[in-house]
Amino acid sequence: MSTAALPSTFGNGLSRGRVELLMFVRDRTALVFTFLFPALLLLLFGTIFGKDQDQAGVSASQVYAASMIAYGILNTGFITMGAGLALDREDGTLKRLRGTPLTVTAYLIGKLTLVLFLSVAEAAVLIGVGALVFDLKLPDASHWLTFAWLFVLSVVACSLIGVAVSAIVRHARTAGAILNVPVVALQFISGVFIHPITQLPHWLINIASIFPVKWMSQGFRYVFLPDSMKSLEAAGQWELGRTALVLGAWCVIGLVLCLVTFRWSERDR
Amino acid sequence: MTAIEVQGLRKVYRGHEAVAGIDLAVARGEVFALLGPNGAGKTTTVEILEGHRRRDGGEVRVLGEDPGAAGRAWRARIGVVLQDADDAADLTVREMVRHIAGFYPDPRPADEVIELVGLTAKRNSKIRALSGGQRRRVDVALGIVGRPELVFLDEPTTGFDPQARRQFWDLIRALAAEGTTILLTTHYLDEAEALADRLAVLADGRIVAQGTPATLGGRAAAGAKVAWKGHTEQVADPTPLLHRLVADNEDLSTLTITRPTLEDIYLNLIGADR
Repeated sequence: MSTAALPSTFGNGLSRGRVELLMFVRDRTALVFTFLFPALLLLLFGTIFGKDQDQAGVSASQVYAASMIAYGILNTGFITMGAGLALDREDGTLKRLRGTPLTVTAYLIGKLTLVLFLSVAEAAVLIGVGALVFDLKLPDASHWLTFAWLFVLSVVACSLIGVAVSAIVRHARTAGAILNVPVVALQFISGVFIHPITQLPHWLINIASIFPVKWMSQGFRYVFLPDSMKSLEAAGQWELGRTALVLGAWCVIGLVLCLVTFRWSERDR
Repeated sequence: MTAIEVQGLRKVYRGHEAVAGIDLAVARGEVFALLGPNGAGKTTTVEILEGHRRRDGGEVRVLGEDPGAAGRAWRARIGVVLQDADDAADLTVREMVRHIAGFYPDPRPADEVIELVGLTAKRNSKIRALSGGQRRRVDVALGIVGRPELVFLDEPTTGFDPQARRQFWDLIRALAAEGTTILLTTHYLDEAEALADRLAVLADGRIVAQGTPATLGGRAAAGAKVAWKGHTEQVADPTPLLHRLVADNEDLSTLTITRPTLEDIYLNLIGADR
């Protein structure tokens, strides 16, 4: 009988993360569809709605470039996590890992590592497209600091909700379709696809304000757009404090849902 | 020393008793086979022993612990060989074996395990590119890389061609020779006969017989059927009959003497011949 100590959960989590990344980059379909789709949408929207600058010297395409980072995180966080978990449940990954001494925490650290890498890369691609194609101006250091916490809170909240939602996705092949419903709907009402958000009826803005996407896109607009653009926001303010609060709350809700709903297998009774 | 001890195990699914009071004891180092038709409760039983399913009644001890409450240290001592996974398709055999090995306190070297399952030539191939039989050998490699004291194999050779099955049997024998306890489920009778020290037959959630392949269900005492030109006789011992036939100058060119195969006993036990 062995007396050696069990390897650490954190180390195992990083090892999972490495393998998750390897598998992701080797799967060309995932790479193209989840990863490059937001950039493609940005190019489309940016081109369709034009580079003409308005009163504040900001073009519609620049607004899209900023807002679309929220979409990027939804895609890499919520969709990758939700669909990835459903797939892991279906192809035997979870069953396999459950037969080993790996902990649930280590498994989730692995997924979160994947999501963090993807989200950073996705944000870099979107900001790159914004800067190179649509003359998006890169902000100063203090705005980058805001970007950092906003980014981390957004990724964590979206990922945790993705884990929780995966519990109701029964089959991996329908995961994309199911998960995209809230993603697309929320983007229409959260000021990502339709800007300024004030064009929407009040009650719809109120609904959007419950969910993280509105706060994420608003936050990214604060980071990349001139201060005067705040007049086009729902409250006429950037509301950074409230943004942090709402996203923080979603992290907590996501974590609780995650702990309550996470299942290693399809029919665990 | 016992590796597995089960008393009065019960599991109910929506009012249906899938496992209806099973008693089992598997000694350390033993190869034990659970036989039974589909739906007999084999997989449910194994999943309870693995700690992957909760039981509704009975006492279970696996390597001295209750699988429903055992922790990581216990999990590191057992190995589970999956039967139908197709995970990690984009990793190579070696990457995956090394990855899983990293979860155990004292794993076997990856290359050694890959050699043991006969995949050395394929170690740098993507798992996606392997044949079904090779894929299952990866499953075995992953199940034993942690140096388990007890290995669970649930219908391991389903879908194997005959040659792959023989190779697989050799692998199981090699593991058993190292002292690993093995619990396997199968519905291949020849597999149980070739591998198992002891076996139990499960039907409708109950054990209907338990024994060695040679003695199961009264096989040793079942006698023989002697057949020759136009005659058949069922006898306990064919010797006197054969003497008589020779003495009587009977035509013995088509003589056969058959004893019940494990399959005959099994079909009889699960009530398939009724």
